[in-house]
Amino acid sequence: MPLTRREWILGSLGVAAMQQVLHAQQHAGHAAKADADGHPLAFEYLDVGAAGILAAFASEIIPSDDGPGATEAGAVYFIDRTLATFDSEKREQYKAGLLQTEALRAKLFPNSPNVEGLSREQRQAVIRGLESSEFFEVLRTHVVLGFLANPEYGGNRQKVGWKYIEFDDQMAFDPPFGYYDAHQSKEAK
Amino acid sequence: MTTAAFHPSDEVDFLVIGAGASGGVMAKELATAGFRVVVLEQGPYLHESDYSHDELKYTILPGLTNDPKVQPITYRKSEREPAKLNKAIEYGRQVGGGSVHFTANYWCFHKSDFQERSLFGDVAGASLADWPIRYQDLEPFYTKAEYDLGISGLSGANPFEAPRSKPYPLPPMPVKSSGVLFESATRRMGLHPFPAPLAVLSQPYKGRAACVHCGFCESFGCEMQAKSSTLVSVIPDAEATGRCEIRPNSYVRKIEVNAHGKVTGALYFDQNRKEVFQRTKVVVLCANGVESAKLLLLSKSNQFPNGLANSSGMVGTHLMWDLGLLAEGLFEHQANEYKSVQVTRLIHDYYESDPHRGFYGGGGIDARFDFYPAGFALAGLPPDAPKWGLEFKKTFGHYFTRTISLLSHTSSLPMESNTVTLDPTVKDSWGLPAVRITYAQHPDDAATMKWILQRQHEILATMGATKIWGDPVDAFYTSRHLMGTCRMGTNPARSVVNSFGRAHDVPNLFIVDGSNFVTSARQQPTATIQALAYRAADNMSRMAKAGEL
Repeated sequence: MPLTRREWILGSLGVAAMQQVLHAQQHAGHAAKADADGHPLAFEYLDVGAAGILAAFASEIIPSDDGPGATEAGAVYFIDRTLATFDSEKREQYKAGLLQTEALRAKLFPNSPNVEGLSREQRQAVIRGLESSEFFEVLRTHVVLGFLANPEYGGNRQKVGWKYIEFDDQMAFDPPFGYYDAHQSKEAK
Repeated sequence: MTTAAFHPSDEVDFLVIGAGASGGVMAKELATAGFRVVVLEQGPYLHESDYSHDELKYTILPGLTNDPKVQPITYRKSEREPAKLNKAIEYGRQVGGGSVHFTANYWCFHKSDFQERSLFGDVAGASLADWPIRYQDLEPFYTKAEYDLGISGLSGANPFEAPRSKPYPLPPMPVKSSGVLFESATRRMGLHPFPAPLAVLSQPYKGRAACVHCGFCESFGCEMQAKSSTLVSVIPDAEATGRCEIRPNSYVRKIEVNAHGKVTGALYFDQNRKEVFQRTKVVVLCANGVESAKLLLLSKSNQFPNGLANSSGMVGTHLMWDLGLLAEGLFEHQANEYKSVQVTRLIHDYYESDPHRGFYGGGGIDARFDFYPAGFALAGLPPDAPKWGLEFKKTFGHYFTRTISLLSHTSSLPMESNTVTLDPTVKDSWGLPAVRITYAQHPDDAATMKWILQRQHEILATMGATKIWGDPVDAFYTSRHLMGTCRMGTNPARSVVNSFGRAHDVPNLFIVDGSNFVTSARQQPTATIQALAYRAADNMSRMAKAGEL
């Protein structure tokens, strides 16, 4: 059975029990230290080293060249929360993936101290070496969710992801909704 | 309003199991007819204030559907292979069931759907059969459902539809960009587009406000009662009688029978996982096309060693699947398809089986967009799109508001080897056997999907798509249209219930839901599930009043 469309996403995410999801959402209000907008200043699960590597990768998966990307969205905070709560069963995969990353970095760029110390081109070379791995697929899924899922999970800060794709987060719309229904001819009606 | 509360030791008139598309209708019809009714529902009792536009919770995690962490499901293609954990089927698990989170497509069957065996003949490897009823038997109940629940549509606009006694109670929803392009293109191709019949209010109806086009229908609970689920339409009417108690978080594990082979009640786990036995004169099983069969198979007894109402061995067989493929197109201007209902136009030109195609089957095609932001970036882009980096970002940024898709809804042949059985080893978190699904596609179903996918690509090209992509022909998805498994029929050796849902083996047991389907028609089963429920309730009520139950 090929995992496609929605099932493909389900396959990349640990299938969480709803109780854990509610827990994840509640964390938004209960973060120990938060800035004025309620964003956590500290990580709940990730250590600083792991968070640094993941943030560096996130900034290459959805870069900020043409406007806010994963960095501004706080995607790494989304990843932290998923691993602290509803996707905690992916922790081992992250641990193994980070070890694999470190080994690849040391092989490709033996003189570099860590992933964060690499140039963008060098980071991209490391990603190209990882992109067919299961770990990268999970990371990519989490980064996209950290850019485009609801802000209450810790990412998509100031709705930068939604603004980028021009998804208007409104509860109500009036027709016309798009170009073609606005410009339909009398005959088409 | 005082809702009823019955003690489990009270022998109620009807015990309905499952508060979904069928069970909600059953509750209202039986309670308003004067009977005392308890409805047991596995899931919680939620309301519009509990719902939200949370894509992660409702489309990726099981926000409103069965959760495989607590109710695992196993799947295999055939008996010859081991079944593995796989959420192969999905259903709405709350008061209102799937009618809460469905896309709200509301198609009536065509006349031909009830007699395809007579019209088309045998299909090798399948059990194609006529239904024991005809369209005219069900038409009054389709109409009743449309007026009770609130359905929008335009009667007469689909030249292939069967005759209707009344127009839809509400006009169609406003057309979207996808509908405008689809309508114009299919007309130029000589086809017959029509406005989608939808269980969504285009105007205020029975105290509920009209849809405000927020766009979060498929997979979501409506936050303003505009989607015509049983939760917001008939279930409040049932409760208002003072004779109906909806009992959520009540997971039935066995229907009990007495020495005379009649059902006496149901044993269920309450929300504290304590076992409770509710007594009743009649059981009406409306748990869906998979859960109803599971419960019958779980309800073994000395009189029914192979499961309740299963002397034929037919319980659980002939499971049919939710088939159809998605084709997507990129357009020059912003269509903003994320706004409003998913579907506004469709065609039924390829609905009927045509022997000239060389295989059985047919389908409808609708113009739609049923992606939300993250799901689109992860699973909605062309296969040749970059997977990360600036070009990936630019692609999902550009495509999100400019993509329109066409989804087919195609026939699924009934096959005796496609089954719901109890998994011999995997248990759910209550200790009950997990559902085991055995399903393989009939070659004609695959041929139909492939043939219609070519039509979808032709239409997208005519609509002016600058790039076309979509599902591979062998894509296979979780089934959300649960049909078959307790077939209706006149022969007790080859079917489980009669045309009113009454079990051939048990006089005071009715099974009324998608499990009754003899054939799949062209998917979109909800209207027919509900029409069957209205018809069965009408019959049950008359029988009970005549002392025949």
